[in-house]
Amino acid sequence: MNLTLKIWRQHSPDEPGQMVKYHVKDVSPDMSFLEMLDVLNEGLILAGDDPVAFDHDCREGICGMCGMVINGVAHGEQKATTTCQLHMRHFKDGDVVTIEPWRAAPFPVIKDLVVDRSAFDRIIQAGGFVSVPAGAAPDAHAVPVPKGDADDAFDAATCIGCGACVAACPNGSASLFTGAKITHLGSLPQGRPERASRAKTMVEQMDLEGFGGCTNTGECTAVCPKGISLDVIARMNADFLKASR
Amino acid sequence: MAVTGAILVLFLVGHMVGNLKTFAGPEAFNGYALWLREVGYPLVPKRGLLTLVEVVLVAAVVLHIWSAVALYRRAAAARPVRYATRRRSQAGGYVVHIMRWGGVTIALFVVYHLLDLTFGVANPAGGAATPYTRMIEGFSRWYVTLFYAVAVIMVGLHLRHGLWSAFQTLGLARGRQGLRVFAALLSAVLVLGFLSVPFAIMIGVVK
Ligand code: FES
Repeated sequence: MNLTLKIWRQHSPDEPGQMVKYHVKDVSPDMSFLEMLDVLNEGLILAGDDPVAFDHDCREGICGMCGMVINGVAHGEQKATTTCQLHMRHFKDGDVVTIEPWRAAPFPVIKDLVVDRSAFDRIIQAGGFVSVPAGAAPDAHAVPVPKGDADDAFDAATCIGCGACVAACPNGSASLFTGAKITHLGSLPQGRPERASRAKTMVEQMDLEGFGGCTNTGECTAVCPKGISLDVIARMNADFLKASR
Repeated sequence: MAVTGAILVLFLVGHMVGNLKTFAGPEAFNGYALWLREVGYPLVPKRGLLTLVEVVLVAAVVLHIWSAVALYRRAAAARPVRYATRRRSQAGGYVVHIMRWGGVTIALFVVYHLLDLTFGVANPAGGAATPYTRMIEGFSRWYVTLFYAVAVIMVGLHLRHGLWSAFQTLGLARGRQGLRVFAALLSAVLVLGFLSVPFAIMIGVVK
């Protein structure tokens, strides 16, 4: 199939960018979205042009590096799917596809579709860890964990930190990401002693980075490739209020 | 947002129940309006409780709007460059539009509503008439009833999200899907309660 792409091109963080139109021919429905961009880039390089910069690493939906807003939807319209796992069979011959980077003040564009997500790292540094040396993986029966808590922690731990939640949020809030990390660590015995203080420092860092406030619109969980639930935000708020008391 | 919203919801419940006094006839309704002014007298001065409620409500409304503006400004600061494609809502887009524009509609309505029925300035029967007459006269104009109905439905839609969202913000909603149903039900009850009075006046059951 042949596609028309409109891609955000921006040479460097300080230069203004704009949408540029490209045509890609002979796209196979079996290609992933990123492979389709590889084809585009090969053509650009052969023609002596600058290839489109985009983030990617594992290309199997587990690392959280990839991410772009495709036709106005973070990671594209396919539910619970990262951009690298989105396949071209979901597109039709002749489609016009717009591709933009995550848009948020705390995620400045580095180049084209690549944004700087260090803000997430700083939120983690503010409290997304367990201070006691927890050692190597404990024996499964050494510290009993109730099934419900284990499930909560596991579900939240599937967050790959891609930033789609921020990109999709009309408020530019990072609550789903921060909530996931707080739930993941706070649900387990090793992370419980710091549960309240962790929520406080992480939420404060999140606000400091310039993310917006959560109004529970649910746009984040709808685009989250891991389907993290809004429950983690309630959990974050509960822990935060506890620490502020 | 959540705390001030909760205060306003409690008021709405009381207001709606009070409105239903209409169906008990003019004496009961006017009596109820008088009682509101005299409750607890002489232990509390006349209008004592009413003034207290008014002060709390005004404070809640002001803080509620202030929070909304603060959230809006944070959101605008968090996304200085907009998407070229109109961001397609993946969650229905309901919340974004209803909360903001519904809120503005409701604020405008409340101003008119007070001028009409509380101060009587915008009321055909004037401020000196009894509360019951003012109500009947107020709703005898179809466009007032229409505006009222639109605003009340807006309130319902606003609360459908707002109630649940408040539980979420206060950290109480975790894993309780029933809260969404509760929010929708309470909103529906409020809307029906508020609409019943002008509807009854319109079809002539209440004169
Ligand atoms: S490249 Fe690793 S998740 Fe997409």
